[in-house]
Amino acid sequence: MLTLTSPVETWAHPLPAGLKLAALALVTTGLFALKTPLPLGLACLATALIYLSCGKSFATNGLRLLWPLWPFVLIVGLWHLWTASPAEGATIILRMIAAVAMANFVTMTTRLSDMLAVFQWLARPLRPFGLSPRRLALACALMVRFIPVMLDRFGQISQSWSARSSRRPGWRVLVPVTLAALDDADRAAEALRARGGAG
Amino acid sequence: MERNLTHIALFAALIAILGLIPKIDLAGGVPITAQSLGIMLCGTVLGAKRGALAVLLFLALVAAGLPLLSGGRGGIGVFASPSVGYLVGFPVAAFVIGWLMERTTLAAGPAATLASIIGGIGVLSVFGIIGMSVMLERTLPEAAFLAGAFLPGDLIKTVIAGFVTQGLARMRPASLLSRA
Repeated sequence: MLTLTSPVETWAHPLPAGLKLAALALVTTGLFALKTPLPLGLACLATALIYLSCGKSFATNGLRLLWPLWPFVLIVGLWHLWTASPAEGATIILRMIAAVAMANFVTMTTRLSDMLAVFQWLARPLRPFGLSPRRLALACALMVRFIPVMLDRFGQISQSWSARSSRRPGWRVLVPVTLAALDDADRAAEALRARGGAG
Repeated sequence: MERNLTHIALFAALIAILGLIPKIDLAGGVPITAQSLGIMLCGTVLGAKRGALAVLLFLALVAAGLPLLSGGRGGIGVFASPSVGYLVGFPVAAFVIGWLMERTTLAAGPAATLASIIGGIGVLSVFGIIGMSVMLERTLPEAAFLAGAFLPGDLIKTVIAGFVTQGLARMRPASLLSRA
């Protein structure tokens, strides 16, 4: 399973994940307090410099992660050109890009395990409601492990559909896929109980 | 206890794989992402509480950095993007769908479609529209207009959610935990 964490080791990788998340929260709040294009443009520039300080391939990857924003940029851009208020449009677009890029930077420089450790720490107050860190870790591990298993299962069921029908497998394969998920869940529960339970 | 945990984890994985398979032609050639179908199935099959928890687990791993949202998106950045409202609405939608499933006396199929329309389109759109209106500084009607683009695909998905739930109810009635 591929994560979004950059394989290129940067200066930001060894920083504690909690610190990076707290800084991100502060920066994002600050971005939403800015109401004019100039400071937001500077924020974008600063973000770009931070990315470039981690090397060219890292920065290219960062740009690729911003690509899904293009429909929003297009809609907001066209709207504000049409209403002749380019400054407001630029404010919205620059803030969106800076906020998403900063958040992506934290994701790209933090390992999945470190991030999950922070989440477990944040979930401590929920312990009285039955969410112990052990259960949370177990649920995360089970989910990550079963994604490839279920993708394989999906492929097999689609193939057996294709072996019997000349039509393409449509939504109908979802019934056996869901049934298989329910069966797997029952078996995984039995296996867990046999090994001492979920605690 | 263990059963609850594994059901939550495996349905979180189901949402993920429904986002990973782009080639599924759900409606005769119209390629639509099946991810929100996974949200609906969490509610109709697992019920309110477990369904919402499965969606929350899925979102936690997306936030932690797994690119599991449709289109290979993931990380904390998606929570700063204009579609954040939909992400916040996902667990609420699953909860509402499950809650409705647990309470109606309709047959499983129609009940699932109706619950998905109310929860998966109605409730989810409210969250999505508020999110877009805040992040893009649009008025609510303008944001609602943008959200309207998803409506045809979502309607198809509610019907599919109904058929899948009905199929499960017919093959193995005990498998619908929302009705247990």
